[in-house]
Formats: sequence, structure tokens, C-alpha cells
Amino acid sequence: MTKSYYDPADLRKFGNITEWSEELGTKFFDYYGKVFEEGALSAREKSLIALAVAHVVKCPYCIDAYTKDGLQKGITKEEMMEAVHAGAAIESGATLVHGVQMMNKYNKLSM
Amino acid sequence: MITKSLHARHNELAETNNQLKILNGGIFEAGELPYFKDKIALTGHFPLTPKKLEIFQVNVGYMCNQVCEHCHVDAGPDRKEIMTRETMQYCLEVIRNTGAHTLDLTGGAPEMNPDFRWFVEEAAKAGIQDFIVRSNLTIMRANKKYHDLPRFFKKHNIHIVSSMPHYTRGKTDKQRGSGVFDASIKALQELNAVGYGLPESDLRLDLVYNPSGAFLPGDQVAMEKDFKKALQEDFNIKFHHLFAITNLPIARFLDYLIASENYEDYMYALVEAYNPTAVENVMCTNTISVSWDGWLYDCDFNQMLDLKVASRIKHIKDYNEDILNDRNIIISQHCYGCTAGAGSSCQGTVA
Repeated sequence: MTKSYYDPADLRKFGNITEWSEELGTKFFDYYGKVFEEGALSAREKSLIALAVAHVVKCPYCIDAYTKDGLQKGITKEEMMEAVHAGAAIESGATLVHGVQMMNKYNKLSM
Repeated sequence: MITKSLHARHNELAETNNQLKILNGGIFEAGELPYFKDKIALTGHFPLTPKKLEIFQVNVGYMCNQVCEHCHVDAGPDRKEIMTRETMQYCLEVIRNTGAHTLDLTGGAPEMNPDFRWFVEEAAKAGIQDFIVRSNLTIMRANKKYHDLPRFFKKHNIHIVSSMPHYTRGKTDKQRGSGVFDASIKALQELNAVGYGLPESDLRLDLVYNPSGAFLPGDQVAMEKDFKKALQEDFNIKFHHLFAITNLPIARFLDYLIASENYEDYMYALVEAYNPTAVENVMCTNTISVSWDGWLYDCDFNQMLDLKVASRIKHIKDYNEDILNDRNIIISQHCYGCTAGAGSSCQGTVA
């Protein structure tokens, strides 16, 4: 057993999850593949969304995968960083909007 | 930024045997990844044999005005290997009689061969259907004596295939050297000015994209769309098609992969992306590659690894198309570069 929770080489083994649950694994990868095809959104746009989400969910595998995917699609580093900021802004916004709840509670409890 | 070839730096990879040792050893020898031979055998493609010869590719020398980081030729200003007029004469004899419909001149920067124009003029007389010159673009701006190349190409109806790694300055210059982007843009505008690359024009201008790093090219059609939009909007440049080419793990790109610790991941990516459909149309099945000194190879990559054709005809002076076509193609693990994803060849994707 590896002493580390994350090993970059494990990303290559992602497909192996199907071995222990073939039907669900296959359905997932079919769905996954379909999601990232060209559609109403381009594959390029979806790659940038995936990169932003990868950062928000803090998945090192996804960050590696979608940085590489972006490079393959000719996405520039400036575009990638803006996508990360879009994710970060929503994530920090989600924290800060709870400030309203704090304010509501504060006001309710205060004379 | 590198400024000298592996040869001039006496890098151990300048010795092709050392490259082959790496490609045949390590993760392949350990059984982590299958040898190319075994992989293609699974789909009944071993041994790989030629189909009808379509492309006659001549490398007129390894000298180049650029020293690109990914160059599979290890070309540069310090490379002195240049095809002589005598070897060109042998090539012309073949060009006049070959069944191939495409003549493909490459290098180095082919324009730097002192007999380049003479060779083009003579070869054009043979009336071959598609006459390609692979130009790095910047050569047209490198020196006054090259400034009239667009008109020269037009006169002989040459099909220009040019390298352009990205439509942004940063990525282009990082791979190919400082100032390359601006010089390439200027050269493309001049080619457009004489009629190359315009939508209805017969003067063909295609661009070659190859990734600037340890990753595979994306979808060729999508990239062509992005390139066309950006080059049109930013520089009013037009071209016909974009060929997406995978970097093969040889020469300077292999050196880069090893130095940046990307070699194993890159080989995994190539093997994972293996596409049996691409094997059907790999360029070595319809191409013969001639080196500056007249030796014959299955492709330009085998030429750079000094893997000569497995035929009793090994040199242009003994050329015999029938005998040559009856051979097995030499393969090694670098061949995974041509079978990954949508496949890769000098004419772009193949699957």
C-alpha cells in the first residue's frame, strides 16, 4: 500500500472502478464521455468549466487531467487562470452570502 | 531556450542508438507497456507493410535557421548535412518515373540548401500532382535573399505547408524561439498577398500545429476553427487547412521529455490513445523518405533514428519502386506517436 492518499499514477487506473461494479461504472463513463462532447456548449468551453470545478472540489486528479485537456485544446494559460478565478469567486461568494444569514441571526437575537 | 542542436552539444541522444535503447527499454522492457509490435499484432497489423506509394518525401538537409525545442530532426544552424546536386539528380530521376502523386520537400529549412531553387525548378518540370515544400515561414524573413520566396513558390505552384504551433505569440516563441511568431505572421501575410491560402485560391497554404509540450494535439477540426478565427481577427491572415501533428518521442522532443520528467507519462498517454484505425493509414504505408545523403527510410522519423528500409534497395541511386514496396516497415515504440487518437502524419490526422 502506498503511504500517500494521492498518487498521480492512480489517474491512469480510473477506468478500473468498473471492475468492481461493471454496470454502474460503464454507465458513468458513457455519461461522462457524452457530457464532454461538442454540444450547445463547445468541448473547449466544457473543458474550462471542468477545470474551474476541479479546483472548487479540490480534486488533484481532475486538475491534472483538465490542465492537460486544456493544453490539448489550445486553451491559453490566461483563459485557464480566469476559469479558476470564476470557480474561486463562486466558492468565496458562497461563503460570503452566508454572511447574510449571520446578519439575520445577529439582528434577530439582538435588542 | 536552446540555441544548439543535440549534435553540437554532444548530447548522448545525438547518438541514435541511445534513443533506441530508451525507446526499447524502461517501461517497455519491464512489461508495463506493450511493445508497438505486440500492440499492432493484436489487431492483425504485424508485420506492417506498404500499400501503394503516394508520397515521395525528400529531406534536402538538416540545416535550419531555427532551433525548435521539439525538433525531431535535431535541425539548426550548426547542422551541415546538406543534399548535393548529385543526390538531387538521382531524386529527379525517381521523381520523373515514380507512381507517387505527391513530392514532399522537407529539412531543416529546405530553402537553405544552396541548390534548393534549382531542384524545385527541375522537379516542377516533372509535373507531379501535388508538390509540397515544408517551410518554417521565418526563413522567408531571415535574409533578403529569401524575401522573394513567396513569388518563387507561386511561380512553380508549390503547395506550402508551414509550422505554426499557436496563434499566440507566447506559445509560439517558447517552442520555436524569440521573434518567431512575428516573423511567421509577416511571412503568412506575404503569402496571402501573392494569393496563397485565400478561400478560392489554387495556391495551397496549410499550417501545421504540433503541441508545445508533453501533451497530445486536440481535435484537428476544432483547432483549425480556433486558428482561423484568431489569425483572421488579429492579423487578417487566411489559410486552407490545419494539420495537427503529434510530437514523436525522438531527438530533441525525447530529450525534453526526459529532462522534464514527462517521458513515462507521455508514453502512457500515447499507448492509451492507441487507435487501430489510425494504423490502417499511417504514413509509412504510403511514403518513402530520402535523406540528404540518399538513403531510403520508411518515414522521416525512422530517418532521424537511422533505421533504413528493410529492403535490398537502400539507396536512391539503386531505386526500384517494385522491389522497395515489397518490404516490411521498421517499427519501434516511437511509432505510437502516429497511432494515438485520430492518428498523426505529415498530412495531419489519418483516422
